[in-house]
Amino acid sequence: MSKDSSFVVERWTRLSALSSAAAAVLLVVLALGPWLFAANVVDSFTTLFVYLILAVMWNALAGYAGLVSVGQQAFFGLGAYFAILLSYYGVEVYLALLFGAAIAGLLSVPVSLLMLRLRGGEFAIATWVVAELAHLLVALDPLINGETGVSLIALNAFDPDDRRAYNYWMALAAMVVLLALVFALLRGRVGASVQAIRDDEDAAESVGVGVLAGKRAIFFLAAFGCALAGTLWLATLISFQPQSYFGVQWTAYMIFMVLAGGLGTFEGPILGAVIFFLIEYFFGQTGVWYLAGLGAAAIVFALFLPRGLWGTIEDKLGIRLLPVGYRLRLLRPDMDTDVPGSPAQNAAVLPSQENAKAAIK
Amino acid sequence: MIWVSQLINGVLLGGYYALLACGLSFMFGVMRIINLAHGDLAILAACVAFFMADSAGISPFVAFIGVLPLMAVVGWLLQRGMLERSLRAGILVPLLTTFGLAIVVENGLFEWLGADTRSLAPDIGDFAFDSWAVTGNIYIGWLAALIFAVAVALLGGLKLFLTHTSLGRAIRATAEDPDTAELVGINARSVYATAAAIAVATAGLAGIFLAMRETFTPYSGPTQLIFAFEAVVIGGIGSLSGTLIGGIVLGVAQTFGAQINPQGFLIAGHVVFLAVLAGRLVFAAVRTRGGFHGLFARRS
Amino acid sequence: MALLGVERLDARHGLLQAVRGVSFEVAQGETLALVGANGAGKTTLLRTIAGAHKPAGGRILFEGIDVTAIPAYARLRAGIALVPEGRRLFTEMTVKENLLVAGACGRVGPWNLDTVVEAFPLLRRRLASRAGNLSGGEQQATAIGRALMTNPRLLLLDEVSLGLAPIAVEAVYRSLEALIAGGATIVLVEQDINRALAVATRVACMLEGRIILEGRAKEMTREQVTEAYFGLGRARRAAP
Repeated sequence: MSKDSSFVVERWTRLSALSSAAAAVLLVVLALGPWLFAANVVDSFTTLFVYLILAVMWNALAGYAGLVSVGQQAFFGLGAYFAILLSYYGVEVYLALLFGAAIAGLLSVPVSLLMLRLRGGEFAIATWVVAELAHLLVALDPLINGETGVSLIALNAFDPDDRRAYNYWMALAAMVVLLALVFALLRGRVGASVQAIRDDEDAAESVGVGVLAGKRAIFFLAAFGCALAGTLWLATLISFQPQSYFGVQWTAYMIFMVLAGGLGTFEGPILGAVIFFLIEYFFGQTGVWYLAGLGAAAIVFALFLPRGLWGTIEDKLGIRLLPVGYRLRLLRPDMDTDVPGSPAQNAAVLPSQENAKAAIK
Repeated sequence: MIWVSQLINGVLLGGYYALLACGLSFMFGVMRIINLAHGDLAILAACVAFFMADSAGISPFVAFIGVLPLMAVVGWLLQRGMLERSLRAGILVPLLTTFGLAIVVENGLFEWLGADTRSLAPDIGDFAFDSWAVTGNIYIGWLAALIFAVAVALLGGLKLFLTHTSLGRAIRATAEDPDTAELVGINARSVYATAAAIAVATAGLAGIFLAMRETFTPYSGPTQLIFAFEAVVIGGIGSLSGTLIGGIVLGVAQTFGAQINPQGFLIAGHVVFLAVLAGRLVFAAVRTRGGFHGLFARRS
Repeated sequence: MALLGVERLDARHGLLQAVRGVSFEVAQGETLALVGANGAGKTTLLRTIAGAHKPAGGRILFEGIDVTAIPAYARLRAGIALVPEGRRLFTEMTVKENLLVAGACGRVGPWNLDTVVEAFPLLRRRLASRAGNLSGGEQQATAIGRALMTNPRLLLLDEVSLGLAPIAVEAVYRSLEALIAGGATIVLVEQDINRALAVATRVACMLEGRIILEGRAKEMTREQVTEAYFGLGRARRAAP
């Protein structure tokens, strides 16, 4: 392909430029939320933002780095715990929420030294054990009163309406920053290297990709993100019970959101979080059948729609709203016929594996 | 003296963990699947046995005869209906689907039997509490001894089955290389389904014993999965005799931990597991990369 | 009726077409040698006949019955056995177990543990060794023995001499000659043209997925085969 180049690599398509602009407008509207929406709507959005953070973080781990974690609730709970601890020792409460998440995030670095040496199912259960251990140790702290838990009383100093607005803005800001970080990570060198790992670890190593460094970056980001989600949850709930913060149900939610939306797609977990939010809103009262339904749906998605709703839409229509991937457009007309089944006849979207293969044809 | 007594209790508890871990290890050995629903399937068997005892007064020891074949069928269907397809979809998919199954089983059991804490101990009478007095204050519980004996017999029996029967050899051949196994006439699909049936039946065996020796709820499965996995990893993945040793190490660590603090039971088990994992990785790093810095070096 | 019939067989590796419209027959008692350069499609052809590779088109007939859709293990039970490239022994199992595991699934016939050990005496002292610990020659003998344990009616051999010391190659070929003399039906892939011509009754030469030259071994010259091997003078065809 040196002189007679027959394709161009594009990042931005017209659609992705348009939708990025739409996202910016949406962001401005959301930023004005506390002045525009009713109180219960503001609270609902805060909850949605927390779900969205969790989904995006878990997708970064599993969808991009190939790490199926069953223990992200460790960081969710630890973030909340450290926030309570910092507040107890006199740190201003919203700073405590932020720094609490940061401490839990930093704790993931020594944890990753051990965890990232494990593969597949070993990693999955080992992270779970870490979460269980974190739960048990936190419950030993006299400050927490065992499983009875404790409240972040410092938050009561705020007027409920102010607190609602602050929580909302903090959740919105956290979500935007974390989305931007994942976006930047995926577009950068680390993004290429971790996706190479997901597709084939041995091959990625043999071409000299910094596999471990990429995994560490993602693991840290996901730990920090989940910890921040945990402190945000604490900010809305005020009370902290170890059992509910360190519960494995958080992983179940994350898996459902990511599988339903689309594992390994950027937009998928966002869609998945919205779906989960709606399902919980409408069926949350039906008790455990709703949980069993989530598990069953996760199985069905994993088996029959592995790229989730968003991934399927993307593959069928060949669209991509955000410029996370590269678009390989073939220029030589005679090569068109050699790309059967690709989304838009002569265009293939990377890094989707199937399309990449079709493009080589 | 209390420590000797705790050591004996820990070893016997280890027998239960080995029994629980046997199926998990076996399924991983043959199909390279870590079944995240393993603990919940054990609890499923416990619930069925409880239901039989509760509604029809069937002794749990008789219930084995009905429940174990039922669990084998569940395992067979699980392989054919879900795992086979998961395996074809990539290495991560079996984890996702078995986790989804775990959620379905837990919550399904909750809908069926409610959140009450239950036990089969009242249904086996004195057997649950009786013990031999070895010396003045060292006792060996009948039930704990029975479970240990069953675990040793099961692990030993499985080993003999794998080396000395043609089905056992077919399972080992398929575990090593399913494509070549097909080329020597082995139906790998049916071997996998058989292996899954064996694995899930042993999980059921462990589940019923669990229900006899303590209490359980529909949400007890994940803890059992973690114990099983810890036993497997401590003993070395893929080794049946290692599983027994791993179970014993875990059991002893837990009983000693409980002696120190009420929460120490669980904490000590998790800490020993992580320590073994860390020790193994450091050892491997030192051996292959020639120094402790190798642990932190990038793989080349 | 021919024992094996291959009709317009196509096989692909993803995007690459490895076998293109290949047709041939093998009669009972015949030994067909497939020769050709690396990547000519010989191994894929053999694996497709054995059922280890799914064909993209065409038919495979065994004793006149269409076996194209039958899985590999059922084809073995019908009497088609492959000694795969690279031997593919079960390295964690002993030699004896490797032989027994195949014997349990195959047909009933003259081959059993005793007769296989008789045919490959070098295995006698190694029966209890792990297959992964054997020398190349011993591994190849085990691989062929494993296929024989199933009492095949058609034996497919893929590069049995590859990577062996010359003395081991001699031993393997002496055993093959004995098999052929005993009336076995064999299709073998061989890079070495001289060996192929010496042992086979018929030779087929493959190039880029097609059979471009086929004929009786006795009627072919080394030069003819060599030309076909390297894709020279494609137009020529020897008498069938």
